[in-house]
Amino acid sequence: MTASATKKLTQMNSHDVKELLMKNAIVIVILMIIIGIIIKEPAFLSGTVFKNILTQSAVRLILAFGVGGIIIIQGTDLSLGRMVGFAAVISGSLLQRLDYASRFYTDLQPLPLFVPLVISCIVCAFFSGVSGWVVAKFKIHPFLATLGMMITLYGILSIYFASGDPGPQPIGGFDTRYTEAVIGSTFGIPNLVIYASIVSVVVWVLWNKTTFGKNLYAIGGNPEAAKVSGVNVFWTTILVFVLAGALYGIGGFLEAARIGSANNGTGYGYELDAIAACVVGGISFSGGVGKVSGAIAGVLMFTVISYGMTFIGIDMYWQYIIKGIIIVAAVAMDAQKYIKKT
Amino acid sequence: MEDCLLKIRGISKSFSGVPVLSKVNLDVRTGTVHALMGENGAGKSTLMKCLFGIYKKDEGEIFLEGKPINFTDPKHALENGVSMVHQELNQVLQRSITDNIWLGRYPTKGPFVDEKKMKKDTIELFKRINIHLDPSTPLHKLSVSQRQMVEIAKAISYDAKIIVLDEPTSSLTDKEVELLFSIIEIIKKQGVGVIYISHKMEEIFQISDDISILRDGRYIGTESAKTMTREKLVSMMVGRDLEKWFPPKTNVPGDVYFSVQNLTTKYAPVVHNISFDVRKGEIFGIAGLVGAGRTELLDALFGVRTRASGTISVNGAPVANLTPHESINNRFAYLTEERRVTGIYPMANITFNSTIANIQAYKNKLGLLQDKKMDEDADEAIKSMRIKTPSKKEPIRSLSGGNQQKVIIGRWLLTEPDILLLDEPTRGIDVGAKFEIYQLIIKLAESGKAVIVVSSEMPELLGITNRIMVMSNGYNAGIVDTDKTSQEEIFQLSTRYLNQTREAEV
Repeated sequence: MTASATKKLTQMNSHDVKELLMKNAIVIVILMIIIGIIIKEPAFLSGTVFKNILTQSAVRLILAFGVGGIIIIQGTDLSLGRMVGFAAVISGSLLQRLDYASRFYTDLQPLPLFVPLVISCIVCAFFSGVSGWVVAKFKIHPFLATLGMMITLYGILSIYFASGDPGPQPIGGFDTRYTEAVIGSTFGIPNLVIYASIVSVVVWVLWNKTTFGKNLYAIGGNPEAAKVSGVNVFWTTILVFVLAGALYGIGGFLEAARIGSANNGTGYGYELDAIAACVVGGISFSGGVGKVSGAIAGVLMFTVISYGMTFIGIDMYWQYIIKGIIIVAAVAMDAQKYIKKT
Repeated sequence: MEDCLLKIRGISKSFSGVPVLSKVNLDVRTGTVHALMGENGAGKSTLMKCLFGIYKKDEGEIFLEGKPINFTDPKHALENGVSMVHQELNQVLQRSITDNIWLGRYPTKGPFVDEKKMKKDTIELFKRINIHLDPSTPLHKLSVSQRQMVEIAKAISYDAKIIVLDEPTSSLTDKEVELLFSIIEIIKKQGVGVIYISHKMEEIFQISDDISILRDGRYIGTESAKTMTREKLVSMMVGRDLEKWFPPKTNVPGDVYFSVQNLTTKYAPVVHNISFDVRKGEIFGIAGLVGAGRTELLDALFGVRTRASGTISVNGAPVANLTPHESINNRFAYLTEERRVTGIYPMANITFNSTIANIQAYKNKLGLLQDKKMDEDADEAIKSMRIKTPSKKEPIRSLSGGNQQKVIIGRWLLTEPDILLLDEPTRGIDVGAKFEIYQLIIKLAESGKAVIVVSSEMPELLGITNRIMVMSNGYNAGIVDTDKTSQEEIFQLSTRYLNQTREAEV
């Protein structure tokens, strides 16, 4: 540390330092883990690793934006994983190679890529919108509304999955146009990263530059104030869920091609990763705060840590333990700001 | 009056048969400040809620600029130029000033919010009423007074004709009050009528043009601030006879039993340096305006609120009372103010509700609870408190307010307390049940317990206590002998420290 920096630090009183550390504690911890990984395995600092991390983060980020909007209005979404699964199965079932042995729709001719994408988005947006309607209409906590949706949707998705011509078996053998569009690269940049970037920009504009976005934050920050100021809380809530559904639809479409197959279990548990990334990225469960950059940071941190820990050979089970602790620590840090002192 | 902007005529409102407002009138003239005065519970906020359509009025009419109006909700009122700046500001703290002012009606340009226009309009708005704030600042970075100004600016931006300010200076420093007053002067000149609700006499005389007084839900009168005197105002506010609504005070105070020295609380709202003694068998009242710190004091005595300094002693021996659990072991009992929020377990039955504070006493050797003993105690409580209920298995929420309160008092008596802290023991209870609660309180004092009663109803304090401590803005403004004091004296004391700014959070 340079002399001037030391001087600056000593000039700050202990309270300031404590607050600064508290505010950024989770970032500091994660940076320390990353530094540890680099010291252990300097090869971690390479272009390929960087590219892999971005690619792996892409779908997660799109999903995090969806649930992030719901968290901003003091909610959460447990049905995310099943939505992704449904979108993956729909997209996969509509985009199989003509010469593949067990096609979902034996006689289906090749479709333009955007058709399955749009269908996935509409289906997910519809079901998510239903959750939103339940939340807005009956004032049910999103946790419960989406818990119900998660279970119901698994049933619906499984019925669809089993209804294919070859019966209930994993959907594979995707059309090369589809896999190329998802896992290929353009001018050396992975397509997934390009899509995630486009979605990031769109979500940023929606959250920051439109009336919808302003209302989103207002409802999350103080629903009562929003209501007396004439914000249509009912429709904005539904719209937040619809947008989340559309994003899950995109996520599922990409995920099927990324993995190379889809079944009714695809996406299971993704909601927890997405919620965790949002929280670590500063999208608070207390509502009203959260940025696009925060979601990006949260997702990247999680990917870096899991990738990095695998890279230096840390056991999978230990990774779970570390990730779990990070999530609780992040939430505890966040809650610290709101604990009422009496 | 010809230049009458808002005319309220014959408004009445009652809640489950209890009249809260009866035939109240109010005339607010264009470009004036109209002070609305009255004690706690006189009906000021109910009147305002009727104006804004939060409550549906039972009868009466309201005219704005001669046209009859009937708002359905605050938003409707806002759009018609009637707005209110609440004591508790209803704002989105995480967002910027501009976002808050234009919330619900953002200007748009195509699909996007027109940030430039919003900012420009905000700056112009601020210029008009002489506010100097950067419109992009998030609200949580502003002080309460600045947030209040934003709220006033928001009202102005809706072309407000009437702005209601409810206790606007309660958390402001003198300097901030001056600034607020200068803004009020500016909006007055622009023809806005201001309804100003406050307890602070100096302010009322300084800022208002007309003064109207409510008492017990009735309209007492309106006078010009120029001709009104302080004495006259106080007597109009409190001037009523102490009706014989109280049982005879048969308790005889003994030796000092409970004493508090220099108690100060740690977190806001702060109670400062409070000292007092309560005797065995004494009923000790605590008076004060809303926000004077009475509940906070009881919280601190019972270990709900953290103390920064001060000592509590019982019978000469200091007690810590750091947690409610410890306080109960030290034979304290605390009847909380909000029965519905912190008192009853609404779905649970009377047995559960009456035995819960004493639950340790029902364990057998194995640590399991003995139902029989609990049932016996519940029966005993129902009998001795004369609780009207078909059975002890009845959920408490099906009881009337008075009977609920008796169950809660019964709950605390089962813990065999020596010191009772009662916060608004008769709130929301009808007159007959009040009398029974008074009898109970006096009986408890007679049996040698020290009883502390916080109440906003002055007749109640004068009717049942032996001495009264008056709190003002977190301070002890004086302790008076109930037999030698008057409502006027208590009221004067309760406004004693109002201009003192409370210290911020430690």
